[in-house]
Amino acid sequence: MDLDFSLVIPYLPLLVNGIILTIKFTVWSTIFGFTWGVLLSLIKISSFKPLALLGQFYTSFFRGTPLLVQLMLIYFATPQLVGYDISSLEAGVLAFGLNSAAYISESIRGGILSVDKGQREAAMALGVSEFRIMKDIILPQAFKNILPSLVNESIALLKDSSMVAIIGVGDTLRWAQQVQAKTFRAFEAFIVVALIYYVMVMVLTAIGSYLERRARVSD
Amino acid sequence: MIKIEKVSKKFKDLAVLKDISLEINKGEVIAIIGPSGSGKSTLLRCINLLEIPTSGKITINGVELLEKGTEVQKIRQNIGMVFQHFNLFPHMTVLKNMTYAPMVVHQISAEEAEKQAIALLERVGLQEKVHEYPSKLSGGQKQRVAIARALAMKPEILLFDEPTSALDPEMVKEVLEVIKSLAHTGITMVLVTHEMGFAREVADKICFLDEGRVAEIAPPQEFFSSPKSARAQQFLDKVL
Repeated sequence: MDLDFSLVIPYLPLLVNGIILTIKFTVWSTIFGFTWGVLLSLIKISSFKPLALLGQFYTSFFRGTPLLVQLMLIYFATPQLVGYDISSLEAGVLAFGLNSAAYISESIRGGILSVDKGQREAAMALGVSEFRIMKDIILPQAFKNILPSLVNESIALLKDSSMVAIIGVGDTLRWAQQVQAKTFRAFEAFIVVALIYYVMVMVLTAIGSYLERRARVSD
Repeated sequence: MIKIEKVSKKFKDLAVLKDISLEINKGEVIAIIGPSGSGKSTLLRCINLLEIPTSGKITINGVELLEKGTEVQKIRQNIGMVFQHFNLFPHMTVLKNMTYAPMVVHQISAEEAEKQAIALLERVGLQEKVHEYPSKLSGGQKQRVAIARALAMKPEILLFDEPTSALDPEMVKEVLEVIKSLAHTGITMVLVTHEMGFAREVADKICFLDEGRVAEIAPPQEFFSSPKSARAQQFLDKVL
């Protein structure tokens, strides 16, 4: 077995771009997925049945089809359908955001339902509006309960983001593919990338535990 | 001030309240007692529409609660409620619990809300707990904060839903003392309780519910010494 990591070194500056792209991509997808996920969870617990059903169908569709298929559908079919030449990055954020919203909305829905109904009643009895009850009383407690699953979801997003390499986004994984093509070295390129993903996931995990600790001050 | 007329409440097929009529005057303290399952809490919760009566009429200060167009939120601002399980907001400090609704609903300033909150906490003897989270308080302390939180909205009416039922025995007294200190200070109080001695001592009127009906309404001395209804007699024989 001959391993030569020095071959990879000249390409490292390019790797930085890939990492930045992966992080940017994950952050945008998380923000988009989270925001849409909160709205979606409210749609799903809506007392207006058709709306709730629509929300449920949305979730079942995005959970019931492969993410890669969704990504390709959005990337390749958008120009055909609406004539907009969607960039690979936009397609990626859209696909990942829409997809993770489906998962996140399920967690949030569960989180909302897990909040003791006495909380809502106490706020109602104080004359607080429905909107403020949701925003100030229910959601903060729901988020606290589901924080671990939210962190898991963003870790999944980070890892799944490597899929965008397939549609040509110059992310971390894409870098390895290019290095392999130029140096004919697979192991060196891919193990470097694997480690980088691992480090990024560890950082996210640390941020997650920090947030959980902070959320527990009221315990 | 509170007029309940022929109120009935059904949960699916189960009739919990049947044709209840009751009048409560301003500043009065009324205790609702009765066997468990008699509909006491449901009746109380109808007064601020946490439960919507199936039929009947409830009027507060001349406003018909169940009429279309009645602003329920406005009505509730004037009716404080103290729950069996306290229902403090666990993610907020004691101070925030108390300033939240006055700031959000009455839109008073933070300073004013805090000043008022601290004064109320002094009144219930918990001024040193201002910055604690509810999880750090004992049951009795939680309930005293919950009472202070309700008072912070300056309600004309205060509803108590078995305020001592979830407490350890040694904490019942501190809560009852706070409730007692509020009685006959102008605020109208409706109290669902199992504390017979307390009801007798504090209430102006006892309303005895049995199987969803008002079986008897009487002043406490009269009710406890010589109840008119047989059901009340039986009930008192069991609990006293």
